Amino acid sequence: MFVSKIKRLLTAVVGFVLLFSVGGASADYVLNLRQGVTPISHDAYDLHMFVFKICVSIAVVVFGAMFISILKHRKSKGAVPAQFHESTTVEIIWTVVPFLILIAMAIPATKALVVAEKPGQPDLEIKVTGYQWKWGYEYLGENVSFISALSTPTAQIYNKQPKGPNYLLEVDHPLVVPVHKRVRMMITAGDVIHSWWVPDLGMKKDAIPGYINEMWFNIEKEGTYRGQCAELCGKDHGFMPIVVIAKNEADYRKWLAEQKSKKAADSASADRDWSMDELKMRGKKVFASNCAACHQASGMGVPGVFPALKGSSVATGPKIAHINTVLHGRPGTAMSAFAKQLNDIDLAAVITYERNAWGNNTGDLVQPSEIKAAR
Amino acid sequence: MSTATTHDAHHEEHPKGLLRWVFTTNHKDIGTLYLIFALTMFFIGGAMAMVIRAELFQPGLQFVNPQFFNSMTTMHALIMVFGAVMPAFVGLANWLIPMMIGAPDMALPRMNNWSFWILPFAGTMLIGTLFMQGGAPAGGWTMYPPLVLQTGNAFPFLIFSVHLLGISSIMGAINIIVTIMNMRAPGMTMMKMPLFVWTWLITAYLLIAVMPVLAGAVTMLLTDRFFGTSFFNAAGGGDPVLFQHIFWFFGHPEVYIMILPAFGIVSAIIPTFARKRLFGYSSMVYATASIAFLSFLVWAHHMFTVGMPLTGELFFMYATMLIAVPTGVKVFNWVATMWKGSMTFETPMLFSIAFVMLFTIGGFSGLMMSMAPVDFQYHDTYFIVAHFHYVLVPGAVFAIFAAVYYWLPKWTGNMYDEKLGKLHFWLSTIFVNVLFFPQHFLGLAGMPRRIPDYSTQFAGFNEISSIGGFAFGLTQLLFLYILIKTVRGGSKATDQVWEGAEGLEWTLSSPPPYHSFTVAPEVK
Ligand code: HEC
Ligand SMILES: [Cu+2]
Repeated sequence: MFVSKIKRLLTAVVGFVLLFSVGGASADYVLNLRQGVTPISHDAYDLHMFVFKICVSIAVVVFGAMFISILKHRKSKGAVPAQFHESTTVEIIWTVVPFLILIAMAIPATKALVVAEKPGQPDLEIKVTGYQWKWGYEYLGENVSFISALSTPTAQIYNKQPKGPNYLLEVDHPLVVPVHKRVRMMITAGDVIHSWWVPDLGMKKDAIPGYINEMWFNIEKEGTYRGQCAELCGKDHGFMPIVVIAKNEADYRKWLAEQKSKKAADSASADRDWSMDELKMRGKKVFASNCAACHQASGMGVPGVFPALKGSSVATGPKIAHINTVLHGRPGTAMSAFAKQLNDIDLAAVITYERNAWGNNTGDLVQPSEIKAAR
Repeated sequence: MSTATTHDAHHEEHPKGLLRWVFTTNHKDIGTLYLIFALTMFFIGGAMAMVIRAELFQPGLQFVNPQFFNSMTTMHALIMVFGAVMPAFVGLANWLIPMMIGAPDMALPRMNNWSFWILPFAGTMLIGTLFMQGGAPAGGWTMYPPLVLQTGNAFPFLIFSVHLLGISSIMGAINIIVTIMNMRAPGMTMMKMPLFVWTWLITAYLLIAVMPVLAGAVTMLLTDRFFGTSFFNAAGGGDPVLFQHIFWFFGHPEVYIMILPAFGIVSAIIPTFARKRLFGYSSMVYATASIAFLSFLVWAHHMFTVGMPLTGELFFMYATMLIAVPTGVKVFNWVATMWKGSMTFETPMLFSIAFVMLFTIGGFSGLMMSMAPVDFQYHDTYFIVAHFHYVLVPGAVFAIFAAVYYWLPKWTGNMYDEKLGKLHFWLSTIFVNVLFFPQHFLGLAGMPRRIPDYSTQFAGFNEISSIGGFAFGLTQLLFLYILIKTVRGGSKATDQVWEGAEGLEWTLSSPPPYHSFTVAPEVK
């Protein structure tokens, strides 16, 4: 009676689960940890499977005993309670056996941990800085650095457009690294704590202001690997993805050279005078990807949390105060220092934009050279 | 003890109406207040969980903005931990400990009143932050700086309500310790105490040890924000990770504060319905004590990704794995108690069996996470969310359900409706798994926790999880109905209530007299 009840329930549950998995069949289902593309991620996967199997075996024994007991030792079947209790031998057995199992787990775990944390001579070093809500990358010794932020259009997020294949896992400037090279990541943060995680690389490390944490990977396969910030970092924590593109050495070199020439072109044009229209146009873009998350595209901010820039005394007051606010931020608040995140042109553009948008008609023009002077 | 014998019949009279509850110093009244408060918070926190699951039902932002979503996850956790689970256990302790040890009341009745009445104020203040400028706290219940320092006007209220909740817990814990140490009936030695009393005694010591640590940590946040200190501010020479160490030094024992009393409950219920003595009483006591001791040595397993030195990671990995041993002893003991018993499956037993199974599943994922090199992958994903919900919902909360069904006939003198109780059990058990099991898959596939929106590959399992969540939430209204129905009437319960029940509380009438034991019983 009871058994048939359980059977019926189980069928119901399985049916229920199947129903919904078929219902949403468009998504492909991942049930298990990803094997990844680095030695560390393979270690983690193997260890995960090893312990998973141990757990399943223990579960079979323990739950098996429970189920047999539930089915056989029931009053309705006339079971008479046995009197046994307290057995030191039994207690010792079920203390020692698990302990031995733990040792069997600890050995491979220790090995994997030592490998994951082993310092080694890196082929390439990249400094990663977490900001609310984007990542800064700096190729140490290469003079290449950029900011990488979510590129999914807001319309997709608010369901006004169909969602793309890499919804929320796409960025404007992906991190590019060579395959088969030991890459050392030096991870820190500019405001609050973030965590840099790409599942296929097998490791996550917190990005903490004031700390430089190290992690390394050595990617085995060319490809695009996607991840996300893993530590709650405020409003748009769910919207700061990471994209790593692993290229072969030659392609990587080519990409690096392109970055360098782009940078050279930028710094050349930083010295000339920019027109109002040029600055406003560029400023609008910079604002959208760097400031709008807090101050909103409308410039109205979020009452009580992020101040409005429309009509703000700073954005309509003396230029230098405005420049300093954006360059150096406001310590202890969510307003971070943008001096290191944006170049002179972008800063000049965004400040000019703020002073001339949403009815802030100061007519002021801020040139890249003024930013350079204020730094 | 002398008070016990001087109480006589006219003391049965007590203020009527609302004032009875405001001024009460009676352990049963206060226990009831705690339980009602916990249930209220359970529904408020549950409503927030419904908001979370509604937003996560599909990819994209549908109902709430990300900031409010973060407030929901933060407040849901704070309310469930400090408002629902902990007060529910203190309520059970108030009701049961005097009756189990043969005492007339708690040792410090006025403090008992005060420790309860702090709670509604703290709870109201915490919930009130939802209406403040800048919104409710949204930096996670873990309150990590620097993020938490970005909280709006709610910030000092958050800190102050945590202080109040802590004070209430400490006072409750002192009361429990003093009661257990001084008011046991003659003949009840420590090793004759029911396991619920034992587990609560150990829990109370944990509370006294760690609540001040939390209070210290949040006070440091307060001074960092308002008084120019830099405890956690790297730019001022402080260390943001220091907070995490302090928080988890509180936080890990806190996890056991929420589960040890549950162990005690299940250890009372399984022998009753198996009609067989608990297999290893003393090893259960020692296992509880070892878990409590180890809980102070494992805090940094919550922080494997902060960049600790290798030796630190190894230490915390080994210490964490070690906890599996005493926890295993407990599970094996429960199974051995059931083995060759003569079992019946009334609602409390059903919930207890589900507890043993599902808590063990949570334990398994815990064991997997103890291994640092894999935890680098699991950390801060839905795998963790699945893990701690398995130990807290079909763990702690199911144990509370089991306790309520088990002792409610004693408390009210009325039997609950067994059919409805079983229905509540089956619906809860099915949907709790529909709700949380898929979250393992989400975490393994790479979905971080605390995000309001996710990439489309996670859509299917989130949908299933949300459906489970709504159904689980609705099911709890049935629980409320059963409770109200039982309190109002129902078939009369005998004093013994359950055929196989043992312990002093079953020697009292159902419902028990206002002062439990006016004459101390003799324990042989
Ligand atoms: C993470 C959220 C965040 C981002 C992103 C952000 N700000 Fe701010 N901003 C703030 C906060 C919070 C304040 C208020 C600080 C305070 O309390 O003094 C502020 C203040 C300001 C002010 C001063 C306003 C006033 O009236 O006091 C200016 C100007 C400003 N931000 C410009 C910018 C620019 C330009 C950007 C983009 C390059 C930007 N902000 C990006 C959060 C942000
Ligand atoms: Cu982040």
